[in-house]
Amino acid sequence: MNSSSKSCLANKRIKILYTVGFLLLVVSALLGITLGTTSLSISEIVESFKNGFSTAGGKIFLYVRLPRTAASLICGSALAVSGAVIQGVIANRLASPSIIGVNSGAGLAVTLCTALGIYGGLRLSLFAFLGAFTAVMAVSLLARRIGASRGTLILLGVAVNSFLNALSDSVVTFIPEVGVMSNDFKVGEFSSVTYSRLLPATVLISLSIIILFTLTNELDVLTLGEDNARSLGMNTSLMRTLFLMLAAVLAGCAVSLAGLLSFVGLIVPHAVRRVAGSKASRLLPLSAIFGGAFVCLCDTGARTLFSPYEIPVGIIMAFLGAPFFVFILIKGKGGHTLA
Amino acid sequence: MLELKNICAGYGKRQILKDVSIFFDKSELVTVIGPNGSGKSTMLKAAMGIIPLISGEVCIDGENTNNFSRQQTAQKIAYLSQGKNVPDMTVSQLCLHGRFPHLSYPRRYTEKDKSIVSSALKQLGISALANRPLSSLSGGMRQNAYIALSLAQDTDYILLDEPTSYLDISHQLELMKTVKTLAKQGKGVVAVLHDLPLAFAFSDRIAVMKDGEIIATGPPKEIYRQPLIREVFGVELDYLEQEKSYRYKYKL
Repeated sequence: MNSSSKSCLANKRIKILYTVGFLLLVVSALLGITLGTTSLSISEIVESFKNGFSTAGGKIFLYVRLPRTAASLICGSALAVSGAVIQGVIANRLASPSIIGVNSGAGLAVTLCTALGIYGGLRLSLFAFLGAFTAVMAVSLLARRIGASRGTLILLGVAVNSFLNALSDSVVTFIPEVGVMSNDFKVGEFSSVTYSRLLPATVLISLSIIILFTLTNELDVLTLGEDNARSLGMNTSLMRTLFLMLAAVLAGCAVSLAGLLSFVGLIVPHAVRRVAGSKASRLLPLSAIFGGAFVCLCDTGARTLFSPYEIPVGIIMAFLGAPFFVFILIKGKGGHTLA
Repeated sequence: MLELKNICAGYGKRQILKDVSIFFDKSELVTVIGPNGSGKSTMLKAAMGIIPLISGEVCIDGENTNNFSRQQTAQKIAYLSQGKNVPDMTVSQLCLHGRFPHLSYPRRYTEKDKSIVSSALKQLGISALANRPLSSLSGGMRQNAYIALSLAQDTDYILLDEPTSYLDISHQLELMKTVKTLAKQGKGVVAVLHDLPLAFAFSDRIAVMKDGEIIATGPPKEIYRQPLIREVFGVELDYLEQEKSYRYKYKL
């Protein structure tokens, strides 16, 4: 097979992936809106638009299912894109927001906000971003200072993670009323999503993703290595900081909405990379699509699998994510070939 | 002309280069030789602006590179580092990034960029590899792919840091022929090499470095006549003239 027909095949595969991804996104959103302890039919939802959401079904749709489904789609996309970006910038495919301390940083910020009586709005999202950004910069700067290998960088992330979680736990110990929220927050869940929390996070996440989609070539050039990227005229320090900042906005906002959802940022970019390759102009949009669909499906499963009981979505995602993580380790023979 | 004027540079507080002055012309292949730690790679990085200068200046055609942005410098000088990543991309995707310094935000590669890449691949005879992933290539092919990237960058000068590392001898010779051809076509090529016979056989000019200083520059025959090689490397070279060719080899 010559190189042009190989290229055609690859392009065809990408088109199929986009089509499958969009269909999955639509199906998962529909399932998310219609399924639950009280099932809603599409016709019931359409009808509720006409009567101003005055029926019980209409109210469930408007105040429960819609914000929850939207939040799961948005958080999934945000965490998956954040993971893909972090993996590219620090050249380690084992890195993800939950593994290198980004989520914990945001988690600590949200816990502090809760202790201070800030439960939603733009302030919560911004504080979560600051926490996430501080954590990722701490790991990145420490790694650079000690000349950490890719494996050591993960260990640094684990250390920062533990430290930040210990700080969060300390806050919960000294201010017990924060702990009421904290248990669900630690595993991640969407039951407490409200529009006041959803809207600012959605705006920040959307802006960050749009900016990242315009910087895909920069992300690819960074993977050529520090010296080669600089020799192509890139200010690598500035670009790395910008990428980490945008990744922190994504992870921070997602954490402010849903708590510490683990593994999305690891699983989704990995799965997409295996099928579509590492080219950022494909990796980021496809991660956004499949990340959103994955979290939305997991959340629908969390609500319906043991109905009328609901389990936090983070539990389902961890059940799927942990074995996948081990699978990556085995395939990569301990991490050596992963980065 | 690319000129390094009295440059001192290093890493952090550790100064490596001590008052280095040298020039590189277009259409010539200059190899830089010297023992490990003599500052060869550091000199290329300083010329490219990858590490900051402590003092001195780098000029391109008489103009100080401090007056250029990083992007403008990258439009004039291409640099291939010693340790190259093997990113998950095809040869043509890699080479397209050679056009990176020529684009402004939001950087989207155009048909013109793709045609420049296609010419670069053709020039190096690796068009058939265009859609092959870098990870599937041998060391020699990969090195050629990176050289195609610097060709696509379309600069007057190409700096190559140990381009023959990890290559078997036939690939080393192939690569040096390619590099020599680029010089003949008008590029100023500077290559750091460890293999002395290779450097002496292909270079138009040789620069010898020791302890962060350039201790000699000149055509291979001139450098060969001096007792420098024995002093710097502790080995001797033999020059063998044959009917229509010549070669250098280590004296054992």
